[in-house]
Amino acid sequence: MNEIVIKQNIVPNVWLMGIYSPQVAKKAKPGQFVILRVTETGERIPLTIADFDSDKGIVFIIFQVVGKTTSILSTLNIGDSIADFVGPLGMPYEQDSNDKSYLFIAGGLGIPAIYSKVKMLHSQGKDIEIIVGGRSKENIFFEEELRKYCSSLYISTNDGSYGQKGLVTDILTQLLENGKRYDEIFAVGPVLMMKAVVDITKKYGIKTLVSLNPIMVDGTGMCGGCRVKIGNEIKFACVDGPIFNGFEVDFDGLMKRNSYYQDLENLSYKEHKCKIGLGE
Amino acid sequence: MQNWIGGIEKLEVLKRVSIKEQEPEKRVNNFDEVCLGYSSDEAVQEALRCLECKNAPCIKGCPVEVKIPEFIRLIKEKKFKESYLKILETNLLPAICGRVCPQETQCEKNCVRGIKGEPIAIGKLERFVADWFRQNCEFEFEKPESNGKKVAIIGSGPAGLSCASSLAKLGYEVVIFEAFHKLGGVLYYGIPEFRLPKEVVEWEIENLKKMGVEFRTNMVFGKTFDLEDLKQEGFEAVFISSGAGLPNFLNIEGELLNGIYSANEFLTRVNLMKAYKFPEYDTPIKLGKKVGVIGGGNVAMDAARVARRLGSEVYILYRRTEAEMPARKEEIDHAKEEGIKILELVSPVRFMGDETGHVRALELVKMQLSQPDSSGRRSVKPIDGSNFIFEADNFIVAIGQSPNPLVKKAIPELELNPNGSIKVNENLMTNVEGVFAGGDIVTGAATVILAMGMGKKAAENIDKYIMCS
Repeated sequence: MNEIVIKQNIVPNVWLMGIYSPQVAKKAKPGQFVILRVTETGERIPLTIADFDSDKGIVFIIFQVVGKTTSILSTLNIGDSIADFVGPLGMPYEQDSNDKSYLFIAGGLGIPAIYSKVKMLHSQGKDIEIIVGGRSKENIFFEEELRKYCSSLYISTNDGSYGQKGLVTDILTQLLENGKRYDEIFAVGPVLMMKAVVDITKKYGIKTLVSLNPIMVDGTGMCGGCRVKIGNEIKFACVDGPIFNGFEVDFDGLMKRNSYYQDLENLSYKEHKCKIGLGE
Repeated sequence: MQNWIGGIEKLEVLKRVSIKEQEPEKRVNNFDEVCLGYSSDEAVQEALRCLECKNAPCIKGCPVEVKIPEFIRLIKEKKFKESYLKILETNLLPAICGRVCPQETQCEKNCVRGIKGEPIAIGKLERFVADWFRQNCEFEFEKPESNGKKVAIIGSGPAGLSCASSLAKLGYEVVIFEAFHKLGGVLYYGIPEFRLPKEVVEWEIENLKKMGVEFRTNMVFGKTFDLEDLKQEGFEAVFISSGAGLPNFLNIEGELLNGIYSANEFLTRVNLMKAYKFPEYDTPIKLGKKVGVIGGGNVAMDAARVARRLGSEVYILYRRTEAEMPARKEEIDHAKEEGIKILELVSPVRFMGDETGHVRALELVKMQLSQPDSSGRRSVKPIDGSNFIFEADNFIVAIGQSPNPLVKKAIPELELNPNGSIKVNENLMTNVEGVFAGGDIVTGAATVILAMGMGKKAAENIDKYIMCS
């Protein structure tokens, strides 16, 4: 169980893994996530389900090496198993059946988070456009895969090394200023990016969904660590989300909460690197 | 025996044999168990105080009706193994109940010895024989012939474990599904090691495995699997004991600030994820010099005492007075011995933070108690203009839980009470055929023994249901 059956390095520091977990693969739907624990002393971290193959019992995750857990995970190989793999968690993505045109906006690790939704909508004959963005050319991935399912794919990089120089929101602004309209916009990526997208789409009154990734422990609603303010209510991203109406999200609060353990996580990662001989 | 008791000093009969505990100064620096338990001699001495009342009022106070005078008589006779087996006839988890049951409001409350002196230390004696057995005997179980019927249990907490044990004894094939990676539910993630060592919980679970109970971890009911899946796998009945659920918050300003934990998150990080061993374990926890714990139940006491052990100065903030606290007296006493201070009659108004989004203080309002109403409960109301600021680095909110919404997703037709808990009839069956429920998901946050009592009762009714249908 939880055996790694596929491992691919997509771009530097970003890995795709296929985990054999028939029970999760059988129930998975676009928009959901898993919680995994790599080792016995490891922490529980949430990761988006990038894709799944119910017949083969495989769940695909894509992760960037940012800390100790993802670092250890990246060193495992095909045939290795991870300690725990729980899911599918969270509410699946639900689209309004009247909606016809969609714009997806994904930054960095948000790219895999839109993949299964895009595929599903495409199979229903919806019109889909996509903007992906990253710091540099090497942060843009899955381009060919996404192109198969959309009518237009726009790319931006901060340093201009690929696509249009600038931010995803620059492209968004241009599209909207040129008169483009969508029934729904879905943005996934860094909190700052999602906030910037919502600031723009609010002005145009276009329904905008975002997928949040707050700090989580159990992922089943028990601990309350993933609470976010949505409108005037406290919601738990793990059972009420992770997808919310972007206009109602308290992004500033979310950003602060997400940074709470940053110093300890850095410390833990640094110690880990020292131990395996990669010390700084 | 009676004559012998009559012969010793009256004072000795009035007072219970005192029990050794780790010194407060020492124990605030470790997570080892506070209570060290009776020695064999001490246990026998304490047992000798028991009058073995014919009508046994103590039994009436016990939710699972442990045969108290009988197990205590066996201690008097130094038949510790037999004593343990006697308890086991009605209570599957004596080592756990002996530690976490609120005996003072149950069995010991009714003890005749308590009228003039101190009641018999029933809980401590229960714990003694359970520990003695664990250290000296092998758990043996003659597996009954399988009746070929399968029952699924959702959740491996006290209700689920006790239901599983009762059903296994009757020959059922029992599978327990647990959402976490560790078994035991609240016994594992909630109750800290210094009150209930993990090895005790693990030992009890190993015994269940020996009884043939199967455990499947990382299985979230309503997500990983649902009722339909269970039916397809041939389960003829389901017992839902998934626990209390989502932590309640105060719904006041500033509650999303960093440094404010729900008791569930705080205890889970420490007990389950071993954050106190960070960075050896990867899950972090952050706690400053001064911590305020909001609430007055056992969970609040546990959180406060864990915070104390992580090195903080801890205050419990409670809206009534210590006398009204729902926590066990022993836990309150232990907390106070450990230097935890209690601020009575205060209610939170709003949290205040700094520019980084971290909490720094809580505005409190002083409360006053009214006369008891017809139910005997005294209500509280705020005193206008008595607001003041309580500064602290962290706050832990321990004000109860609300039912988890996931169960409803696993069984959409399931009928709930207005507060979201599962509605059951007198047989603990829900409105859905073959689906039973018990423990905190039905009662709201309650005690281990109450949950166990419901697990046992559910097992009896599940047996009737399956055998009659």
